[in-house]
Amino acid sequence: MPYNCVVLIKQVPDTKRITGEAMNEDGTVNRSALPAIFNPEDLNALELALQIKDQFGGRITVITMGLPAAAAILRDSLYRGADDAVLITDIRCAASDTLATSYIISCAVKKLDYDIVLCGRQAIDGDTAQVGPQLAEKLDITQITYVEQLSELKDKTITARRNIGNGWQQVTAKLPVLLTVTGEANESRVAAAKKIMKYKNARAPVEVRQRIKAENPDADEATVNELVKQHCDRLAGEGLLIKQWDLDYLQADLNWCGRSGSPTKVHRIQSVVLAAKESKVVEPTEKGISDMVHELIKDKTIA
Amino acid sequence: MIDVNREGEVWVFAEQHNGQLDDTPIELMSKARHLADTLGVKLAAALLGDGVKDLAAKLIHYGADKIYLVEHPLLTSYQTNSYAKVIFDLIHKYEPQIVLYGATITGRDLAPRIASAAKAGLTADCTDLQIGDHKAGSDNELHKNLLFQVRPAFGGNIIATIINYDRWPQMATVREGVMPLPAPDGKRKGEIVTEQAQLSQKDLPLEILAEHKRPRKVNLKTARVIVAGGAGVGSRDNFKLIWDLANCLGAAPAATRAAVDLGFIDSDHQVGQTGTTVRPTLYIAVGISGAIQHQAGMSQSQKIIAVNNDPDAPIFQIAHYKIVGDLSEVVPKMIKAIREKDVNQNGPREN
Repeated sequence: MPYNCVVLIKQVPDTKRITGEAMNEDGTVNRSALPAIFNPEDLNALELALQIKDQFGGRITVITMGLPAAAAILRDSLYRGADDAVLITDIRCAASDTLATSYIISCAVKKLDYDIVLCGRQAIDGDTAQVGPQLAEKLDITQITYVEQLSELKDKTITARRNIGNGWQQVTAKLPVLLTVTGEANESRVAAAKKIMKYKNARAPVEVRQRIKAENPDADEATVNELVKQHCDRLAGEGLLIKQWDLDYLQADLNWCGRSGSPTKVHRIQSVVLAAKESKVVEPTEKGISDMVHELIKDKTIA
Repeated sequence: MIDVNREGEVWVFAEQHNGQLDDTPIELMSKARHLADTLGVKLAAALLGDGVKDLAAKLIHYGADKIYLVEHPLLTSYQTNSYAKVIFDLIHKYEPQIVLYGATITGRDLAPRIASAAKAGLTADCTDLQIGDHKAGSDNELHKNLLFQVRPAFGGNIIATIINYDRWPQMATVREGVMPLPAPDGKRKGEIVTEQAQLSQKDLPLEILAEHKRPRKVNLKTARVIVAGGAGVGSRDNFKLIWDLANCLGAAPAATRAAVDLGFIDSDHQVGQTGTTVRPTLYIAVGISGAIQHQAGMSQSQKIIAVNNDPDAPIFQIAHYKIVGDLSEVVPKMIKAIREKDVNQNGPREN
């Protein structure tokens, strides 16, 4: 039987690739200079959904809450085999912590038909691993975290293997479930050339608007709106319009969104500055090393 | 959602499996004790399970004033919904100010579920916890005695201090090894509050079919000397150098995440933000560039020797002894020097 999957994805700054160019002169990181990428473990979640689709059939909807630029990872998902893409974008989502984010996303997921919700275990910017479980709580569905393998999917039952640190655990539950997927679960497939050709022109309305305004700098608002509508209708006819939902469409309670919906707030941020330290250069020679060892034995560091 | 209150206790989730307390609740005890003392409130542990009452005394010896004990056959093994429900009910009844969890697989599965249900704030992987004041809003309203939840963010490139002042309780998870194990005081006394769990089979949607846990291959947290290898070591074969150096020092072998991902050694040996945090007397970093995420796990080492053929490797910023050279040549020299000193001091010995 087919299973419908919803995959949560996030566009994140590439925090693992902090190069000299991304560093400010005072030793702090220039966040806006970092390239934006598809959160790695979300790719693993998407891959698991694709494997389910390969085997059983069903539709995959990818969903992201982000800036308009996040449409890029929605397209990337379509290239890899997702069927539908939803961009949740709204200025009032800004400053949302994990609680507010999971609330907003729950409003969106509740509008979709799903058997399994998948997301990466955690994102490389926040590193909290909280949105998945919090979303599961709001949807009132069973969560299975740290999934490294899907063992069986039969009728309404799923069996998965979890990574529990120094071991594994095999669990089974009735659908619907939410899975958080680890990086070890699989290798995500590359985008298929045919799908790239098909979806490379897929756009969200906000992207269409940005382009039309850039191409028609002197046009008035009414003209822009008309052009945007025409273009979006054409895209929709070709199956290339990325759905775009805002907080009004989601009928979200604004008190639970953005800053007011976020109990955790930042008191202070300190940059980690690599600082020089009292240190000794040791020559990589027998004598240099021997002297160092001697010193360490003398002060009892080495027994 | 419970109301903000100043009388609430400080709680630690006493994670246990098969009747054994995890290290994290014990590690949290000394910091939690300090927080409770600063706030002038009691420190309690929430202990769930079946037949785990003897663990209560241990938690008291480590600093708890009170244990909230909930025993039920359905709590024998951890699973999300049952544990989240029981703790949520306890929070509602007793209204703690602060609830702390280890950032273990279990803690990271459990805490967000509770936070969502309680509509409370949760900060993950804290490296420090303090009590402080915060000014908020346009009218600079002063919120006193909040829990400062300190954690690295953005891949470890910034340190953020997070607070929450309008949703209670304040919750945080703390990684293993970040706080040192306190010394127990066998004379400490405390109170056990027994609560009944309102549970039924429908609170256990997961069925655990099988579980396999193997004992950890190495105890990095208690190692006095650690020899760690990074991606620079080059291959699993070459990692033998790390093992040899570790062996001649009686040290624990360790590795960076990169080396583990490359298959040089098992993840039990991983040191770093997503591995274990260590504070040995001596840390020898071989072929390790010193990415922030790795430094987060070992920068508290008393002495650091770094060996790398890249003179600009960030590890050299925190090393006490900097050796720029080819590790394939340097490490054998170190082994030779150590064995010679050994012979000179103690006479020849069997290897």
